[in-house]
Amino acid sequence: MSGAKALIKALKREKVEVIFGLPGGAIMPVYDELYNSDIRHILARHEQSAAHMADGYARVSHKAGVCMATSGPGATNLVTGLANAYMDSSPIVAITGQVPVSMIGKDAFQETDIIGISTPITKYNMQPRDPSEIPLAVKKAFYIATTGRPGPVLIDLPKDVQDKSADMVFPNTIEIRGYRPNIQPDPLAIAKAADLLLSAERPIIMSGGGVIIANAFQELQAVAEFLQAPVATTFKGKGSFPENHPLSLGSIGMHGHPEANKLIIEADVLLAVASRFSDRSVGRFDEFIATGIKIIHADIDPSEIEKNLPVHIPIIGDVKVVLTELLKVLIKKAVKKERTIWLKRVEEVKQEFRSKQDFGSNEITAPKIIKKLRELLPIDTIVTTEVGQNQMWASLHFDVIKPGTFFSSTGLGTMGFGFPAAIGAKVACPNVPVVDIAGDGSFGMTANSLATSVLEKIPVIVVILNNGVLGMVAQWQRMFYNRRMMAVNLHNVPDMVKLAEAYGAQGIRVQSMDEFTKAVKLALSSDVTTVIDVIISPEEDVLPFVAPGSALKDMILA
Amino acid sequence: MNRTHIISTIVENKPGVLHKVSNMFRARGFNIDSISVGTTEKNDLSRMTIVINADEQTLKQLVKQLAKLIDVVHVDVLDPQNAIYRELALVKLHATETKSRLEIISYANVFDSKVVDVSPEHITVEITGTPDKIDAFIKIVSPWIKELARTGVTALMRG
Repeated sequence: MSGAKALIKALKREKVEVIFGLPGGAIMPVYDELYNSDIRHILARHEQSAAHMADGYARVSHKAGVCMATSGPGATNLVTGLANAYMDSSPIVAITGQVPVSMIGKDAFQETDIIGISTPITKYNMQPRDPSEIPLAVKKAFYIATTGRPGPVLIDLPKDVQDKSADMVFPNTIEIRGYRPNIQPDPLAIAKAADLLLSAERPIIMSGGGVIIANAFQELQAVAEFLQAPVATTFKGKGSFPENHPLSLGSIGMHGHPEANKLIIEADVLLAVASRFSDRSVGRFDEFIATGIKIIHADIDPSEIEKNLPVHIPIIGDVKVVLTELLKVLIKKAVKKERTIWLKRVEEVKQEFRSKQDFGSNEITAPKIIKKLRELLPIDTIVTTEVGQNQMWASLHFDVIKPGTFFSSTGLGTMGFGFPAAIGAKVACPNVPVVDIAGDGSFGMTANSLATSVLEKIPVIVVILNNGVLGMVAQWQRMFYNRRMMAVNLHNVPDMVKLAEAYGAQGIRVQSMDEFTKAVKLALSSDVTTVIDVIISPEEDVLPFVAPGSALKDMILA
Repeated sequence: MNRTHIISTIVENKPGVLHKVSNMFRARGFNIDSISVGTTEKNDLSRMTIVINADEQTLKQLVKQLAKLIDVVHVDVLDPQNAIYRELALVKLHATETKSRLEIISYANVFDSKVVDVSPEHITVEITGTPDKIDAFIKIVSPWIKELARTGVTALMRG
């Protein structure tokens, strides 16, 4: 059996149904095998988008997303997508073509050292040098990508390895001696955590992205309700807890909900679940610790414990198991908590900020559009965002009600992620609407995925908050650089409606709230990709704001 | 407080593993003082002995990041009290006068090292021992040093 055939067979054995890719010279033997395969291939127009599509597919299906590219520029174009998946712990398996083994190191045409390049941005990478190594490499790739803390894995396949034949053995299971994820938490740590939580007067839960990955929504909610502890999510954890729940504070961080930022520094005990204490979430580390808060940190990745700040009780394990065990111990030790004073304070702070909320005086503002969008979309709609102001407005104003229906490029902050990721999500969940909350700058970076969306009949809805500028940079220039506006004006080029139409999608320009409502309703009932181009002011700021390098307490409100 | 630590790791013996390890050190901003790699009693495993100067916090994080690498099978931080650790150095010394040459040879004897090459202009000494011992030897012969090659530390736990 040839290497290429073995690859496809191995992918089938991993139950791969779809590959997002773009062919080229060094991967053609594999594409030739795909010709006869029932694996669906979705043609991207740029490899970066193929990687984001695989990422979006993985985030909602909880299976590995597969993307494929040729050697050289094909492989380097995947790099942003791999780095994005690595930062956000998303399981993707990338397959790249490579020049023949005999040509490696000779600077051959379209040769690049993708193993060297991708080492710091993948969980693992491999370059089988003999076709017989392929079945094991694929097994290993999927196992590593999807277990423990998930992440991207790359397999680089020299062209002659794809062509040559060998006797193949397809393993059913795999054992890797250097890789044994810790699933089961230490019962002693759980008991200590339970005692600390029960002794707390003002406990708070910070729920991170790992709760979504571990599908631990119910467990989280049960623990929060038992403890009567308010839940703030990180931005990556947005939607790990229903944002209409009375205990929900929304997300914390640079553009977090002010009530979450305020209350987390008033709390005495923090249960951080699968979050990595990013600077964007907790602000300055020293100031965060200086609040005297006692921290319990549960994570599947031991290297996250005390990476950024010291913690009192570390718990290593799968957070779904951790929360299940924790609840059991809590129930054994105590009855459901009453927290009259703390919850009264929580309510007071929530009301204080919510009564002050200002959605702007213009007829159309980003917050108004996003609030309206929430009203119009069914609760099972999958929502993603681009990166920049659009993303932070979504963080603040789009309430995720059904857990696990929201995701974004939160770690790497990749402009151009949202739209192809939405396409990937739609492939995984074809029966629910998928919406990308976008900005004109970000959308422009991967707008050619419109071709994929239209031709492959993967209809998604893009809502562009079109301010004609690189909005977040413009905001920083207004706030920190004395309004010296440098290289931010996009001049509303291209015309997004015409652009959508040029690809065969539906483009709708919106200049009033009524038009917006109509456009969203039309988009929801259409079976073609719809770009809703909402013109907003270039001067709008996202507020509140914790300036980079500041503490949460120094949040700028207006 | 920064201290010298010896980390002994068992890794998969295959191409690219050294790159993965050293790249992690670079990417996370850890400085390596020395690294030595060689085979072990098992063909498919190598031992990497890494010497770093770091505080406790950095050391802990570094060990976790090492253990996280898929190709790293085992990580130990060696307690110097309870480990055997050795380094080898080749020291080429420029000495033409008899007085200097005799002096060098006597130092070599004191340090229990060996003269492995002699030419009209140079004497090359092979010295093995703990890094401290090698430092001391290098210090005393420094006026004559022409070239120096140190292997970095390799180590095993006692017992």
